[in-house]
Amino acid sequence: MEQIVTKEQSKSADESVLNLFWAVLKRDLMLAYRKKSDLFNPLIFFLMVATLFPLGVSPEPDFLAEVAPGVVWVAALLATLLSMDSLFRSDFEDGTLEQTLLSPQPLFIVVLAKVLAHWMMSGLPLTLLAPLLGVMLFLPAEGMSGLMMSLLLGTPTLSLIGAIGAALTVGLRKGGVLISLLVLPLYIPVLIFGTSAVQAAVTGLPLAGFFALLGAMLALGFVMAPLAISAALRISVSG
Amino acid sequence: MSEKKKWLPRWFYQLASPRWSYDIMGKLLPGFALVALISLVVGTIWALLYAPADYQQGNSFRIIYIHVPSAILAQSCYMLMAVAGAIGLIWKMKVADMVAKSCAPIGATMAILALATGAIWGKPTWGSWWVWDARLTSMLILLFLYLGVVALHSAIESEATAAQSAAVLALVGLVNIPIIKYSVDWWNTLHQPATFKLTERPAMAPEMWMPLLVMVIGFYCFFAVSLMMRTRNEILIRERRSSWVKELVGKQ
Repeated sequence: MEQIVTKEQSKSADESVLNLFWAVLKRDLMLAYRKKSDLFNPLIFFLMVATLFPLGVSPEPDFLAEVAPGVVWVAALLATLLSMDSLFRSDFEDGTLEQTLLSPQPLFIVVLAKVLAHWMMSGLPLTLLAPLLGVMLFLPAEGMSGLMMSLLLGTPTLSLIGAIGAALTVGLRKGGVLISLLVLPLYIPVLIFGTSAVQAAVTGLPLAGFFALLGAMLALGFVMAPLAISAALRISVSG
Repeated sequence: MSEKKKWLPRWFYQLASPRWSYDIMGKLLPGFALVALISLVVGTIWALLYAPADYQQGNSFRIIYIHVPSAILAQSCYMLMAVAGAIGLIWKMKVADMVAKSCAPIGATMAILALATGAIWGKPTWGSWWVWDARLTSMLILLFLYLGVVALHSAIESEATAAQSAAVLALVGLVNIPIIKYSVDWWNTLHQPATFKLTERPAMAPEMWMPLLVMVIGFYCFFAVSLMMRTRNEILIRERRSSWVKELVGKQ
């Protein structure tokens, strides 16, 4: 049957998609807000991992300043990974995920909203907390802007890629370790360009190239990852 | 419509049936095994005894005759796994799923072989077993990707779900491999550039790269043989309840 899409119809369709996006985002943020431990645990983990390096390797300011970009980035990456498992877990356990899959709404939008909510609860606070770690690890002040900008551009990509792993393992009882195995190799480009951006900022080299690459990866992830996440969710739930 | 159907030969459609592909692979196996055996034996003897020694590295460069083929194969095996996974996802072909599943361990083995021979070669040439160099690192990451696929396969009990999940992961990895490769390339590089390129003649002397080419062909044929044997096993295991498998097993 052929449908004639009038301007108003397409407008209302746009609105309903937008409404769906906001509704899912609001719901997930509300859920996260009500369960605050999930919000704070990755942040505490982030701080603790960064504390381990001066204790385990060397407390020398010169040495720490040199490794600070990498340490902060690796800690942020691990903290994101740690929070990933819970992304679809509770929805899967109480059956919400199945209802979402059955609903006529585009899964792409739902998934994108959920990942965005997850990022606002993990990547964004991590980015805001990063300068503190930078100071603790004697990162030169010139590097701070590079650190925050690279985390701001990089952590959403981490959330998007991690969500693929979370979606693939949501049906399994022990998904935690498996997620890291699946996702860590895919995180490597983000890590490389993220730390390179910070190092370039410290040494005063131009940053635009690294930010462009991080932004390109984010754009690619934004377009492609929800497709993979949706496919993975359908497979995990139906299997 | 009928003209369109003739576009692909009949055996291609038959590959979708586990029984037919079991038979087809059984017919192809001896040929590939023979070519693999001949080219591996000829290539090894040629490479070790008759190829000239390198003017800088002496005889130690001869490990290239295992290192390069296994590295090439580790990469092409991933491509095959991802393509087979995509075919399995899109057309729900069981045989494609089985091929993809059989690819993962072979590819992982090839990646390990490439890394190990690279380490052995690196010791006399660079003075250390391991260097954090772009190509070594990207091969290591390729190995991690293979291990992830294998781990996912073993974690999910339902065969069909495992195959689909692994296919999604392989496809995500396929998008990521060029990104990883370039990111790692820009990050740090020491390794010599690729030996064989499609667009240029190899920089080596012909007496050196000819045996290498023979070895590469031998490795590909060996890969085909082991892939077909694995896939045939997989077909038998998954189709164990069907009558033709019972008949086949009953005969032996």
